[in-house]
Amino acid sequence: MVLCIAVGTLYSCNGVKKEAREGTEQPAAAEPALTEKSTPDPLPEYMEKGKELYGQHCLVCHQATGGGVTGLNPPLKQTEYVVGDKERLISIIINGSNKGLEVNGMTYSNAMPGFPGLSNEDIAYVTSYIRNSFGNAADPVTASEVEAVRKKG
Amino acid sequence: MIHKFKTYPLKCKIAVLFSILLTLAVVSCGEGEKKETQEPGLKISPDNAGIKVPDGFGVIEVADSLGAPRHIAVNSSGGIYVKLRQPVDGKGILYLEDTDGDGIADSKTGFGSYGGTGIDLDETHLYASSDEEVFRYPLTGGQVVVDTAAVDTVITGLIARRAHATKSFALDGKGNLYVNIGAYSNACQEEDRTLGSPGMKPCPILDSAGGIWMFRTDKTLQSYGDGLRYATGLRNVVGLDYNKSTDQLYVTQHGRDQLNTLFPDLYDQEASADLPAETFYAINEGDDAGWPYIYYDHLKKEKILSPEYGGDGEQTAGEDAIDPLVAFPAHMAPNALLFYTGDMFPDRYRNGAFIAFHGSWNRAPEEQEGYYVAFVPFESGVPVGDWEVFADGFAGRDTIYSPDEAAHRPTGLAQGPDGSLYVSDDSGGTIFRIVYTKEEAE
Repeated sequence: MVLCIAVGTLYSCNGVKKEAREGTEQPAAAEPALTEKSTPDPLPEYMEKGKELYGQHCLVCHQATGGGVTGLNPPLKQTEYVVGDKERLISIIINGSNKGLEVNGMTYSNAMPGFPGLSNEDIAYVTSYIRNSFGNAADPVTASEVEAVRKKG
Repeated sequence: MIHKFKTYPLKCKIAVLFSILLTLAVVSCGEGEKKETQEPGLKISPDNAGIKVPDGFGVIEVADSLGAPRHIAVNSSGGIYVKLRQPVDGKGILYLEDTDGDGIADSKTGFGSYGGTGIDLDETHLYASSDEEVFRYPLTGGQVVVDTAAVDTVITGLIARRAHATKSFALDGKGNLYVNIGAYSNACQEEDRTLGSPGMKPCPILDSAGGIWMFRTDKTLQSYGDGLRYATGLRNVVGLDYNKSTDQLYVTQHGRDQLNTLFPDLYDQEASADLPAETFYAINEGDDAGWPYIYYDHLKKEKILSPEYGGDGEQTAGEDAIDPLVAFPAHMAPNALLFYTGDMFPDRYRNGAFIAFHGSWNRAPEEQEGYYVAFVPFESGVPVGDWEVFADGFAGRDTIYSPDEAAHRPTGLAQGPDGSLYVSDDSGGTIFRIVYTKEEAE
């Protein structure tokens, strides 16, 4: 242990020594010019409305991180069930899921209820929100896409 | 390293001198990490592996990266049997040994191709469960399984319908095995966890699940017809133990979820995070703990009629149902129960109960709770005083909002032949060993 600390210290000192020997300090890089636009684009409406719906209906199981609960409630991150086929996702929200779908090689034992009472618009908001949260990025869902799934039955 | 020392900048000289002085100080303290224990040679982990324990105790990280270890059992040689939730490399049971006595496992073998939770041993056999069956393996000298192919199916055909399917069990040492058959439902609604779905009355689940079933250890291929429904009205008992000093079975129950999601007019999110209690019961044959018709409200200290059955959060019910010995905060998920019978820990721990709280998930959006091992002191067979947190810090953070943020989640408990307490963790994949070192912490 003595040797490791001594060697480590000497090597770091070696680095310092090198800089001192090289002498001239480099001037600080010029600050990039401030861009004209200093505020970010406003978030789409579905992010705000979707987040509220997520908090009311989804968060208790799928968690604030979208990570779910091992063995019980599946994650919403890094899965095709969320960022993939929209119809399948919409159908799960409307009808629930209690078949033990495999998500990234694991199954989850809690039943997910359906939310048929949510409006087409609300389902569009919350699905768009989860498709663009937790590290996900996918095109949003529209109310008419939800209506089409509902009509199919 | 060839440069002359005197040409180095001052701050470097100071750093080197400091490190030499520090090393000398550490060496002169007798290699600080190694404390006197009952077994000289045991190496307490630096900083107790991040686990906070009372003064005088130390923690050894025995093994890690095991996958998802669930329940554990330690044999008379100090070897550890581990049941894995899912098999890893085709093995669902691990056997860990520490051959050089430093407390850290240096040998790992595996057998059994099934995942599951339950594992325990008696004088002659190791028992382990899948979600439908209980198996046993003969033990040889030192309580080691040598012939892993000589497996019997002790119990078969137990119902497993996804939710609460794991089959923890306890042995009474008199030839009986008590299996948890968890209810495949949150609150016995017609549609599980679904807003507006009524509770089924009577709850049909109870005839084959939602309770503890008793079987013999010495018969093979037993199923419901060969066993006895020993206790009913228990939603899911992952942690249970037979207390030999009181000659009685004790269980800890996972209480129901989602009072707010399902009855938002009666329970707001905070009430739903705080209710119902996780309950610890002493069980006699024939007992009914009341699920799904009631839940236990530890704030009111009452059994409350469940909202699925007409309750309003105030009305009491379940006059024929048993009351808990101890009621803990909601949703902490008691996953193991162990009555301590060792000589290593101070006397106040003898015959008391350790409970491994896996840690909550459905307190969200409130802060989660649990992620520790609690202790309930007992005297003359009953709890005395308040329960306490015994080993904490498994989450690896002071506040936690989601279980996936947790470093470790206590899942299984076992006692070693020297009286060490072993704790398994199915999230970090770690086994910890807690020892009493008979020295005050520095």
